Amino acid sequence: MPYIPHTEDDVRQMLEAIGATGIDALFDEIPAALKIDALKGVPPALSEMEVGRLMLDRADRDGRPLNFIGAGAYEHHIPAPVWAITTRGEIYSAYTPYQAEASQGTLQAIYEYQTMMASLTGMDVSNASLYDGASGLAEACLMAVRANRRSKSARILVPRTVNPTYRRCTEAIAGAQGLALEEVDYDRATGRTPLEALEPWSGQDITAVVLQQPNFFGQLEEVDEIADWARAQGALLIAVVNPTSLALLKPPGEWGRDGADIACGEGQPLGVPMSSGGPYFGFLTARMEHVRQIPGRIVGRTVDLDGRSGFTLTLQAREQHIRRGKATSNICTNQGLLMTAATIYLTLLGPAGLERVASASAARTAELVEALTRHKGVRAAFDGARFHEAVLRLDRPVGPVLEALAERRIIGGYDLGRDYPELGNALLVCATETRTSEDIAAYAAALGDALERVVAA
Amino acid sequence: MSNVPGDLRYTRSHEWVRTLPDGSVEIGITDHAQSALGDLVFVEVPEAGRQVTSGDAFAVVESVKAASDVYSPIAGEVLAGNDSLATEPELVNQEPYGLGWIARVKPGSMAEVEALLDANQYAEHLASEA
Repeated sequence: MPYIPHTEDDVRQMLEAIGATGIDALFDEIPAALKIDALKGVPPALSEMEVGRLMLDRADRDGRPLNFIGAGAYEHHIPAPVWAITTRGEIYSAYTPYQAEASQGTLQAIYEYQTMMASLTGMDVSNASLYDGASGLAEACLMAVRANRRSKSARILVPRTVNPTYRRCTEAIAGAQGLALEEVDYDRATGRTPLEALEPWSGQDITAVVLQQPNFFGQLEEVDEIADWARAQGALLIAVVNPTSLALLKPPGEWGRDGADIACGEGQPLGVPMSSGGPYFGFLTARMEHVRQIPGRIVGRTVDLDGRSGFTLTLQAREQHIRRGKATSNICTNQGLLMTAATIYLTLLGPAGLERVASASAARTAELVEALTRHKGVRAAFDGARFHEAVLRLDRPVGPVLEALAERRIIGGYDLGRDYPELGNALLVCATETRTSEDIAAYAAALGDALERVVAA
Repeated sequence: MSNVPGDLRYTRSHEWVRTLPDGSVEIGITDHAQSALGDLVFVEVPEAGRQVTSGDAFAVVESVKAASDVYSPIAGEVLAGNDSLATEPELVNQEPYGLGWIARVKPGSMAEVEALLDANQYAEHLASEA
């Protein structure tokens, strides 16, 4: 049964009313050369029964491994009430309805979310969420170009310590819109972006500087001095942050003398399961002076004609249903369901609870690094402070070691070889509060065996 | 009936142009335009030094429900945007032909200004749109 309410007769009548010869005539303005008959590589449709079977098989293949990989998605404990509440009929929706104000509960949830994210990042305003962290950075870069009217270059400095997936996604989205993303190298000893690496751009017209904290290696960047350097160049500062870490680290709004201009990141650590890579949600917050250039929408609190308090969309005039091609973004959405889960997660944990999650994760990672580096041929690649991830350097190839660990149902970490070949045999590991001392001991023991099996290069 | 001062030039997209004694021009949106948009909550004005050609979207007027482009009626160099609108966008609603001006521009050619609609032609244009 097709879930389409229009009968053939309805369709015919509607077409007649507007004088169109057929459905295809409605798409006349798209040049024929841009139309395709079929999507390449997309298999024929499956039935519900077949899809159910496929997904069960996939889940079985994943098994229930002991996970020590982070690299952008993090396995945190999700208290049972988070999804029990999120999936209640009253709020179980992926979207803001088109007549948004008819759904006061949805708008209140977004309002609470915005308040929490603004507070967590130390910024003035938050939008109602975006697709994910990677597209969030692309949106932040496009926003910076609109907001920094003194700069004409659309050049954005992006350190190599920013998540490589985010960089590729930003290049795909923003590069195609004329932005020039320029790479900044990192210090091989500290895994951080030193101020000297930015010096070659001093005095040039730079639109914005991106800085990830903690960076992709888990190392803590010198955010204050880089924020001040960016300000001195007349560039905006875009902070990419892990929301859990903000329970411990200085929020972007307080970086340097003036704070970051835009903060963005991946919301998945806040109550969203890893689910093979999505759906997740992105967040984006900013200083008030840039509010008009924020992509997406903002919900505000107001009073109705009788003075009763209520919620309304206060900033949507530049969204695509109104501005079309001139909208602040044509690819963003509000990830309503996941944003709601995050709001409930943050509500249940509170500031103290989030701080316990962050502290426990950092402590577990420190314990993990200590346990693994007891093996000969395994050492920490970088000095200095880190959060809940660390780069280890092995004296033999990473791939076979990870395969040997996988046989013991341990996901040993993220092989950095593809994105950072200059680091040699480098492995990014992560432990959150969900890893126990027994888990860490099990990994350490399995690593010992794996190292014996894989011959040093 | 909206107010159409006789001493200004106009465009079909509802901008007005006033020639100042020093040869520069002041540009704003008409009484009809501000009334159609409703209460403005934000105006984005062009920055000084920007080169514009006629038809360029060089400013944005934003009400609660919509953001609309303002098009430069002529080619030239922007001398100034009206910075008061940053804190008082309502000036465009209150005094569209006065304190609510949007930009001052040094025209590339006065002939282009002279070729714009006069008050009678603009009033006819409004009548035809109604």
